[in-house]
Amino acid sequence: MIANQLPRSLADNPRLDAWIGFDAPGQVRIATGKVELGQGVLTTIAQIAAEELDVALRRLRLVSGDTGEGPNEGYTAGSYSVENSGGALRIVCAEVRALFLERAATLLDCAAQELDVEDGAFRRDGRPTGFDYWRLAGDIDLSREATGGAAPKPVAAYRLVGHSQPRTDLPDKIGGGAFIHDMRMPDLLHARVLRQAWRGAELGALDERALHRAARRPIEILREGSFLALLGADEASVEAAAAVAREKAAWSGGERPPDEAAEAGWLMAQPAAERVIAEGEPAEAGERIEATYSRGFIAHASIGPSCALAHWDGTRLDVWTHSQGVYPLRQSLARALGLDPVAVAVRHRQAAGCYGHNGADDAAFDAALLAMRRPGRTVRVQWTRADELTAAPFGAPMAVRLGAALGPQGRPAGWSLDIWSAPHGQRPGMHGAVNLIGAEALSGAPSRVPPGDVPDANGFGSARNAFAPYDLRAQRIVTHFLAGHPVRTSSLRGLGAFANVFAIESFIDELAEAAGQDPVAYRLSLLPDPRARATIEAVAAMAGWSPDAPAGEGTAKGIGFSRYKNKAAYMAAIAEVELDEEVRVARLWCAVDAGLVVNPDGAANQVEGGIVQATSWTLKESVRFREGRAGCTQWDTYPILRFSEVPAVEIRFMDMASEPPLGLGEVAQGPTAAAIGNAVARALGARIRDLPLSRERIIAALM
Amino acid sequence: MSEAAPLMVRFTVNGRSVEVDAAGDVPLLAVLRGDLGLTGSRFGCGLEQCGACMVLVDGAPAYACSRPAWSVADRSVATIEDVGRDPVLAALKQAFLDEQAGQCGYCLSGIVMSARALLAREPSPDRAAVVAALDRHLCRCGVHNRIVRAVQRAAAHLAAEGAAA
Repeated sequence: MIANQLPRSLADNPRLDAWIGFDAPGQVRIATGKVELGQGVLTTIAQIAAEELDVALRRLRLVSGDTGEGPNEGYTAGSYSVENSGGALRIVCAEVRALFLERAATLLDCAAQELDVEDGAFRRDGRPTGFDYWRLAGDIDLSREATGGAAPKPVAAYRLVGHSQPRTDLPDKIGGGAFIHDMRMPDLLHARVLRQAWRGAELGALDERALHRAARRPIEILREGSFLALLGADEASVEAAAAVAREKAAWSGGERPPDEAAEAGWLMAQPAAERVIAEGEPAEAGERIEATYSRGFIAHASIGPSCALAHWDGTRLDVWTHSQGVYPLRQSLARALGLDPVAVAVRHRQAAGCYGHNGADDAAFDAALLAMRRPGRTVRVQWTRADELTAAPFGAPMAVRLGAALGPQGRPAGWSLDIWSAPHGQRPGMHGAVNLIGAEALSGAPSRVPPGDVPDANGFGSARNAFAPYDLRAQRIVTHFLAGHPVRTSSLRGLGAFANVFAIESFIDELAEAAGQDPVAYRLSLLPDPRARATIEAVAAMAGWSPDAPAGEGTAKGIGFSRYKNKAAYMAAIAEVELDEEVRVARLWCAVDAGLVVNPDGAANQVEGGIVQATSWTLKESVRFREGRAGCTQWDTYPILRFSEVPAVEIRFMDMASEPPLGLGEVAQGPTAAAIGNAVARALGARIRDLPLSRERIIAALM
Repeated sequence: MSEAAPLMVRFTVNGRSVEVDAAGDVPLLAVLRGDLGLTGSRFGCGLEQCGACMVLVDGAPAYACSRPAWSVADRSVATIEDVGRDPVLAALKQAFLDEQAGQCGYCLSGIVMSARALLAREPSPDRAAVVAALDRHLCRCGVHNRIVRAVQRAAAHLAAEGAAA
């Protein structure tokens, strides 16, 4: 909202016409590089644009995620969309409105301040002037750079922003053909791709006759190295042949992960690149408390398996994908296929919920490669349930070791935090690598480039939320980065924050207990940030927190707090659990400070969804490897939270409309896990430090 | 390879009589989405484990993903596209929109079909009944509580309409 400081998205895409156009009468084209992943971002972006322009929401036509049209905003990730894309459009639309008003004022021979805008029409003293955006569109050249010179509306003038708006895309998603899976093209060639059993696995000889026999109609078999695809006009025949191929395929070589590839002890014993992020202070004399926490692999587990379509006409490659980043994907596709990026058009189409770097990009490569091998045909690649659960990158396993001594008044001193983590960012193009699994399977594929950690400027990867928000004088933070981890891991909602917040907030409860203090009061005494304290006080009031609640009685409450990335939204959560041999989260209260909330109902939906998903991760989810392969081939072997297991959720947003919007899409993951973990520790009278808090671990703790 | 002979079967979809080739145990879902262009029913797992493909066969919820199309010969199939004909489905869809009971929306059409069957046998289900009816459906975005409220909202709306009629 500061006129002379352009948001990053606008600095990268400064031309006004990259964002907005008045091409059709009565309509406004609003382009964003951010894409709809199920989080409702297009509705939120539309609210911001319509607000600044003073046009009705229905006049907006949103263009999203298209390399041929619209700004390059990298990935839709990291809870940056409202801040960056929304921030850019706020400035662009304010500036465009001012340009048009200035022009209208000249034509009307009056001052621009005498005019206002009502649903796109310019009025003077409340009466129509006959001018509107569309009538003047020909007079104003928008192929100019934004200056940031026009002041956006003050918050007090908002009519759309800050008020709940129904999602514009939802009606078509109940029954309509809204998804990439529903696209139909003439002359479609259906395809399935056999996935490598593990990274670098080499495919042995395969009896192609058996595959043909399994198909009722003609299929083609395309094999290049260990990349095997089945193609045909009849999807059922292609799938039948693919099922036989999966069963008969023999794999050798490569980097077969050990069964214990997610265990804290194994992670901590691997060669790792050590990096001191914060020096801290010398360890305090006195009794030192130490504890190690861990999480395993978590699958994205989207309900709709990945899908992509592609068409190659001999010179131009068209790709339809549900990737989070069409521009970075275009670069990687072009590089892997030996094309000039300008010959590749990548368009986003919506799919099932996306919570990070899933199989979308890989499916796009599958389709692109196959399209180039079958020029003139549109190839449609559909992943299976097993592909989606086992071949998409996993959320990275981590071990987090904390240490501190108790100083005067029980305050922590000599705080240290060590993180062992597999990579949180192996998206296409990151760290100079193509990062597309289909390309890795081809004969002559270049050897793998060791991945790096997510840059600090992007909010850290393994060290995301490693800085405890408490007044600790100095913290020592060290990451031990496992670039060579054999399992492909990448960004999943929250990245390192899920494990780090779980660890820090569990440890704070352990310190509070050692200091003989109530966990809520202990946090409040250590938190310097008044907004942080206010969210904790709010949730404690909502949940009726009592310092005298009994422990070890099979039911209890626990608290968790964090500010996502230490710079986005704040959330404090209290979970109430019931426990026998399994944990049931009965209720979850939370208070969120996200500054100005553009679409309150949409934000509540996101936060509650994050809470439910994090509850699932915390109680149930961890991928097990056996004989080198991920065991989670179906929902039976990768159970997620069901309707009967979902907690009642109560959310309160702090009234902070005068503060800038803070990203909240990932805010719930860490605090939810911490609140549940602390509640379970109280109910159980013993602490489980490894996620998930599974039945086996509860039983072991009860022994 | 030999092309198997077609196996033509006739059944009703959303009140319309159709005839399709159901040879080779082709799943009902493939016939609905492919041959008939009814893309509202979704592929999620092909294993009867997630419910994204749920349709009604003679009014009862059925997984279309693994059920052979030949098995619905001479039977009546309803999909989410029946929303234009079926006032209960229409009320459910409206209640889902009123509650904003969705994020990605991929699981919703299957869930709405199970809810449709529930309301047919239990017009005013309590929360526990809705949860029980939907427990075989998976939602990854975490919209469960809104979905349960939406089903109860639709039931209340239909009851009020019935009372007014």
